[in-house]
This record gives sequence, structure tokens and C-alpha cells, in this order.
Amino acid sequence: MLNRRGFFSRFLGLALAIALGIIACQPQSQPESADPQTPTTETSAAPITLNGTGASFPFFIYQRWFEEYNQRHPNVQINYQPTGSEVGIQQMITGTIDFGASDIAMTDDEMAQVNSGVLLLPLTAGSVALVYNLPGIDSGLQLPRSVYPQIFSGAITTWNDPQIAAANPDLTLPDLPIIVVHRADGSGTTAAVTSHLSAISPAWEADIGAGLSVPWPTGIAIKANAGVSAQIQQAEGTLGYVEFAYAQQLNMTMAALENQAGQYVLPDVESAAKALSTVELPENLRAFAPDPDGADAYPIATYSWLLAYQTYPDAAKAETLRSVLQWCLSEGQKLSAELGYVPLSDEVAQRVMAVVETIEG
Amino acid sequence: MMPLTDSSPVPPATKARSSLEKVLEQGFIYLTAIAALWVVMVLLAIALMITQAALPAIQTYGLSFFTTTTWNAVAGRESYGALALIWGTVISSALALFLAVPLGVGTAIFLSEDLLPTWVRSLLGMLIELLAAIPSVVYGLWGLVVLVPLIQPLTRWLHQTWGSLPLFSTPPVGLGMLPAALVLAIMILPIITAIARDSLKALPNDLRFAAMALGATRWDAIGRVFLPAAAPGIMGGIMLALGRALGETMAVTMLIGNANQISPSLLAPANTIASLLANQFAAAKGMQISALMYAALVLLGITLGVNTLAESIVHRVSRPFQGH
Repeated sequence: MLNRRGFFSRFLGLALAIALGIIACQPQSQPESADPQTPTTETSAAPITLNGTGASFPFFIYQRWFEEYNQRHPNVQINYQPTGSEVGIQQMITGTIDFGASDIAMTDDEMAQVNSGVLLLPLTAGSVALVYNLPGIDSGLQLPRSVYPQIFSGAITTWNDPQIAAANPDLTLPDLPIIVVHRADGSGTTAAVTSHLSAISPAWEADIGAGLSVPWPTGIAIKANAGVSAQIQQAEGTLGYVEFAYAQQLNMTMAALENQAGQYVLPDVESAAKALSTVELPENLRAFAPDPDGADAYPIATYSWLLAYQTYPDAAKAETLRSVLQWCLSEGQKLSAELGYVPLSDEVAQRVMAVVETIEG
Repeated sequence: MMPLTDSSPVPPATKARSSLEKVLEQGFIYLTAIAALWVVMVLLAIALMITQAALPAIQTYGLSFFTTTTWNAVAGRESYGALALIWGTVISSALALFLAVPLGVGTAIFLSEDLLPTWVRSLLGMLIELLAAIPSVVYGLWGLVVLVPLIQPLTRWLHQTWGSLPLFSTPPVGLGMLPAALVLAIMILPIITAIARDSLKALPNDLRFAAMALGATRWDAIGRVFLPAAAPGIMGGIMLALGRALGETMAVTMLIGNANQISPSLLAPANTIASLLANQFAAAKGMQISALMYAALVLLGITLGVNTLAESIVHRVSRPFQGH
């Protein structure tokens, strides 16, 4: 009996020691890009792989771009994984990827943590649609800017609320509770919506604020754009937000929102482009449009940034990335509209192009 | 170091063993010890790493983590409390057990008695075990697309008729505690049924014959002899099922509505620890990661507590049937 107990305590002690050993041996994060496929020559025929990760918002257009580029330049293979803006930012900092992507750009603090310098490159843009499911109402819902923050905060709870009815005299609104549907996972889409709500509603700004994930006071939450769209499509009385590209592809019913100029505007590529044209991009190309002031501007629109290092240890890689980005900013922009994305204006594309030129190898 | 074989009885040797045999034997014992050690080590390493990562949140929020319900990751307003998550985790699992245990044990009794031809029973048993092979994402999708619309008339009726009861006091929003618990119950059903059936089948025939010889009806025999005798195995199966329910992520996250609130209503959305981890981990940074790790540690603690409790229950229940 004593022996057995002795064995047991030795056993536990040994287990603890080894467990501690495993923790002590964890690898430290690697500061430099760790791609084993470093080409030895700079000829265009040498295979080059670029790995990127980050925002899921631009995934459809990135995927299309990188496929098309690969068809034109078979030696260039670009992998992009839509893991989310925050992952893209973190991986840029740890240096495990060749490029990242983010719908919220990067903060100055985060940029300072990247040793080899980081460039914020707006490559595409998009808008976020408020979509709903109401029996018998297939279009035409108008939401005043004083009303939809109150719906999302749970102050307005039924569809036939006088404040909604006043803005929609032509519609017969049902006596149904409003079921707010929002994202459960941290998301750039949520960030775009909540920063807009914060900009137009002091109460929202004070109580909830803006971010990738916020403490929603009401409603149900589901993972991913696909989850939110599925729930809205099948349940009556729901209202939620999804990227315009999703709403368009799934043919969902979208609400017209009242913009700063007092006009009701439906989301589409044109109205989002008008919203972004009101934004003056600063030197670092980081700017948001939480409440655009154009007359025909759709209120919830944002750029999506590709994150590139200023200097790459490998000259061939830097050169390849430069030409990929130049192609995306010129030829690639023509693919935007059919996928539901907003093409950059010529002026913005030229400015981003100039920054792309500064990527060094 | 003392030899590890000291405590095991040495079988009477008919012939002296060669030294090679002794070395092999000793080596085998050490090999199995390393295998067992590996399991313990991995568990300890996981627990230690989670604790290490959770340390900043533990220091900042301490015990208030267990008493507050806000989960706010907005920069500059961060504040984390897991009470609503713990509530959701425990209640959804308890509800699932409440639904699945009678159904599972009942099925097991039916399948272990000779009420049907053997081939029908094995077919039924196989079908139930097939439930365990369905991936949880499929359960989640099925719940979302089939179950939620299916129970909508029921939830509306419950709210309209029994809305004054706290249990059905909130207007149904589709997703919520009820669909999550229903799908969880279906998911854990095969575990409970399979283990309970095997425990009942494994009872010695002596027990059966003795009960019959004493004039027990089938009813008496099942209720007063078979079930108590098989109780340790059945309890073990239930605890395994509870462990599965507590940690289930994918199906729950698709059905529970992910709302950080404590509501007595079955129709209201809720959230669980596993679901929160799955949703927020990818886009978390800084203190949020630490708070998520703290929540993971709490989940680990709950599971460990449940298992320890189960062990002691099984031990107590099985005592009368062990030894002579």
C-alpha cells in the first residue's frame, strides 16, 4: 500500500515536471517572414508564393484577383485565408505572413510594433446593408437615422412603432416584435455598423460604442455573414446587417437609410462610391466614413485595406507583390461591381499606386 | 528508484526466467507507465497554459468574474464577467440531460429485455449509435433549418398560453435555450443509450434468475434489481453525456442565439462558455484573450467538478453490489 502511494506521488511529480518542460519549450514568435520557398534567382520564371490572411470582407474579390493573376503569371501563387481583420493585424505584427488584410486598418500602436514598417493600402471598398424579413413587404422600407439606432439598442421593439410608421406611410407594418440579428464573432462588418451608429447617435456612443464586437443590448447573435443571412431569410420580423455583397447575391430585402443630408438611400455600388468620395484620404491612407455627408451617399460604407510590409528581406518577393498590387489597382478594379464591391476612384487608385511603388526588397 | 513491480503479486514461477525476459518485462511496465504519464502530462500542460494566459484577467477581475454578466470588448470600456455564460452552460446541459436521460435509459431497458426478436433490437441499437456519428455542425444546421421552424408554432403557443410563467415569459425569437437544449439532448442520447444498454446486458444471469426465482415480475426485476445493479454504468454514461453537452460548441453556437443574459425563459436567447470561445477567439486581443482563457479555465473547472461528483456518486451507488 505504501509502495503504491509512493509510486503515485512520483508519477504525479514527474508528470508535473514534464508538463512544465513543455511550456518552457514553447517557441517564441518569429520576427521575420518564414517562407521556406525563397527563390534563388530573380528571373520571372522562378516560382513565388505569397501568403496572406485577414479580413473576410474582401475575400471574394481577393480570391478572384489572385486566381486571375495566377492565370496570367503561372509562377506566382498567392494564398489568402479569410480569418478576420484582427488575425490579419496580429499576424502582420508577428511576421508569419507576407501580407495581411483588415477592414479597420491598423492603429498607430499596432503599426509601431511592425519592425520592417507597414503600409495601409485601400484596395477595395464596400457597404453594409440593413436587411429584413417582413411578411408582405418585399421592398420600400425606409429607416430614419433617429430610428435605427433605437432599434439596435432595443428602445423600439415592434415593427408598427409610430416612429417607423411615420417614415413609411405607404406600408402596412405588421404588429410583430422586431428580432435584431447581429454577428456573434468579432467582425469588420460589425465595426463599420457600430462606428456609424456611434457617429449618428450620442446615446449609442455613450452606452455601447464601436468595435469588432460590442455588447449588444438586444437580439440574437450568429456567426458569420452567412449565419446572419440564413437566420433573417427564414424568420419573420428579423432585422440585421450583412455585407452588401452577401445581400446582393442572396437577393435579400434591404432597407433604405436616411443619410446626413436627409435623403433615403438604398445600398448599392454607386451610393457607396458616393459615400467614400466624401472622405479625404490622409498621408497614411487611413480614413473612415462613419457618417458621409453627400446627398446621394449611402451612410454605411468603408474601405478595406491590404497590409503590406515597407521592406521585405527578399527582393523577388517585394517585386512580385508590387506587380500584383499594381494589377489589382488597375485591371483588377474592373471586377469589383459584378462581385458587389465598390471600385476605387481613379484618384484614390493613383494615390495607392504611388505608395505601392515604395515597397522595397 | 525502487522497482515499480513491488506492489504487484509475483506469480509462482515454474521455471527460472531468463534475464532477457526480466528486462523485457520491466521495460514493458515502464513503457505503459510512460503512456499513462503522457495523458496526465498533456492535461496538466493544457491546464497550466490556460492558467498562464488567463493570469492578467484573473488579477484584474478576480472573483467578480463570477458575479457580473457584462462581456464588453469595446476598446477603453473593457469589462468581463462570465456569470451569464456559466448560467447558460449549466442550464443548457441540465435541460439536455433532463430530456435525454429518461428517453435514453428507457430505450436501453427496452433494448436489453427480450421484448423483440434479437435482430430488431440490434438494428435499433445500431440506428441509435448512428446518431453519435453525425458531426455536430450537421446537428446545428438541422436545428437551424428544420427544428427551429418546426417548433415555432409550439413556442408561440407556449408564450401565448403560458406567458405568465417565467419559463415562457419572453416572446419567442426563433433561436434560444429551447432549440439548443433539444438538439443537445438528441446529441447525447446515443451515449446514454449505448452505455446504459451495455451495462444492463452485462449483468450476470444469476441476478436475473434469482429475481425470477423469488417471484419478481418483470416490472419488479427491472425497477428493483437490474437498474440499481447497472446504476454505476448508467451513471457513468450520463456523466460522459454531460461532459459532451457542457463542451459542445458548434451546434450550440448555431442555435442558442449568443446573447449574454440570464433569463428564466426557455424561449430567450442565451450563451455558453464554449460558444463564446468559438465566436470571439479569432478576433480577440490583449485582455479579451486573457478573459476568454479565464472563461475556458472556468469551463475546465466545471467539467472537472462534474466528473468528480459523478465518480463519488457512482462509488456510493455501486457499493451495495460490490464484493460479498
